[in-house]
Amino acid sequence: MSKNRQVAIVGIGQSKHRGHRPDINQAELVREAVEDALQDSGLSLKDIDCIVHGDMELFEGIHQPDMWHTLGDGGFLKSGFRITTGGTTGATIACASDNLVASGYYDVVMAIGFEKQEEGHTTTGITNMADPLWMREIQTGAITGSTGLEWVNEFGERAEWAAAKLRVMAADNARRNPKAHLRLNLTEQDVMNSRLLAYPLRLLHMCPESNGACAVIFATGEKAKKFPQKPVWVWDHITMHREETFYRGGPRKDPLTQEVAARRLFAKTGIKNPLKEIGVFEMYDPSSWWLLDWLGNFLLLDRKTVLEMVEKNEFAIEGKFPVNPSGGVVSTNPIGATALIRVAEAGLQVRGDAGEHQVPRNIEVAMASGFGGTFWTVLMLLKKSLDGMKPVKVATPAKAAKPKPKAKAKSKKAKVKRGKPKMKVKIKVRKSKPARIKVKKGKAKAGRRK
Amino acid sequence: MSEQDKWCYEVPGKLEVPYRYFAGEFGSKFLVALRDQAKILGCKCPKCGKVFIPPRSNCEQCFVKITDWVEIGPKGKVVSFCVVRYKEPYLPVEPPFVMALIRLKGADSDLTHLLSEVDPAQVKIGMEVEPVFSDSRKASILDIKYFKPAV
Repeated sequence: MSKNRQVAIVGIGQSKHRGHRPDINQAELVREAVEDALQDSGLSLKDIDCIVHGDMELFEGIHQPDMWHTLGDGGFLKSGFRITTGGTTGATIACASDNLVASGYYDVVMAIGFEKQEEGHTTTGITNMADPLWMREIQTGAITGSTGLEWVNEFGERAEWAAAKLRVMAADNARRNPKAHLRLNLTEQDVMNSRLLAYPLRLLHMCPESNGACAVIFATGEKAKKFPQKPVWVWDHITMHREETFYRGGPRKDPLTQEVAARRLFAKTGIKNPLKEIGVFEMYDPSSWWLLDWLGNFLLLDRKTVLEMVEKNEFAIEGKFPVNPSGGVVSTNPIGATALIRVAEAGLQVRGDAGEHQVPRNIEVAMASGFGGTFWTVLMLLKKSLDGMKPVKVATPAKAAKPKPKAKAKSKKAKVKRGKPKMKVKIKVRKSKPARIKVKKGKAKAGRRK
Repeated sequence: MSEQDKWCYEVPGKLEVPYRYFAGEFGSKFLVALRDQAKILGCKCPKCGKVFIPPRSNCEQCFVKITDWVEIGPKGKVVSFCVVRYKEPYLPVEPPFVMALIRLKGADSDLTHLLSEVDPAQVKIGMEVEPVFSDSRKASILDIKYFKPAV
């Protein structure tokens, strides 16, 4: 499938993500991100045609947050959608915004992801993941140690140190990102000493609950070229969900959703060597154990290779393949915004505007992922230039439809002819309603009986 | 019907909903003025000049920040109302009572609040009302105990 129109990201904004924001209400938090995005884009609200709003269902205790937030999101008298797909929400609104612009329905769409977690209760939102009727399968949020245990069973303590090293890397990156929530000064030993949640998952491996919002403006290629900000092109994206439950132990038979999603996206875009062709990866990492595990799935690497790359620090900002220069989800997690922040940060890296946590080389392609529920996966590829991207589809409906339909058209005409006398009969029926209707019913019934 | 005769079963839900709603720094100024000075404040958009109550730090129509406060009321007029006759645990007072939409003097938006000291049958749109403040105020919208017909 190809696009009707090219789409570019033309503005990126985020609030400062923090654990405690008593100074603002929800609409004010959203406004911080919207103002930041408008300022970044050099556009005004008049340029925005539509707002796509996303957050986690039941997390804040207000009904239809997209409407409450009109006070702060600039949605007054604009078209709008609310999208909520759990953890992937932020990535889904990015995909939806891309689709809305590519389709030609809107020229400029602003995606807004939001969560003010301290106002609500995560457990309230997530409790009903497990089926209260049947206690069906294993359903939790992102807190599970089962994948980590697989690694420990295979590599022993070496895997634990690798997960700890990735957590320290995230902290080091987050300290270079003024908008990150947790900007901790950690050692691997600190991680290993932190409270155990579910072996081998420890408190410091896990993402926090943050208050934050993110806004990303998508525009059609034609407009993007005229707008003040450097465009970041949306190359392609994929959404996939294959698992009904989390990994429960034992050997894995099928590849995880993430691997299948990556393989399909790479096939669609012609990427053969992701490590070489992608410059930076902003991954939705709910815990450092999953960062460790999913690197292999997304980048199509075996575990041993991933482990060695972690040990050689190759996923650091200055490393061979930078992952989560922003500090990732383990540093910042306003859930409805989290996956959109991945797209936003990937976009900043492509533009070269990430500031202190900018990867110190030219980024031609960046990848962003979203995670939710049981490995629900969204992957998006962003690109600096249009080179190598599929040309947009030029609509030629008349030519494409001609040859065969000629014959079909004749048969259609014939059908219409057959139909016409019936129409006439119907019209006659109307002239004397009661009698004829009875006749018609009678005929129909007789037909059925035969 | 006995449990044995049932043919469709269900299990009760167990959701806990401990939500908190933040007024923020801007909205809290309104609550503090209400608590400490028994004053009702409106906030004024620097662009369109509209005065809002309850407070909002952003004019959603002009999309500009609001920083100016003006004292409004305390008298106002009933714009619309309804009589609440059923009892629910979350209601602020015992029914029957009147909930009214009140346009305070100097405001461009309406405040929903209780209307009391009046027979519900006597409440009329356009009626002039004034606030009765609570004796022990706690920085909540119920620091205005209710509105009553203006003397």
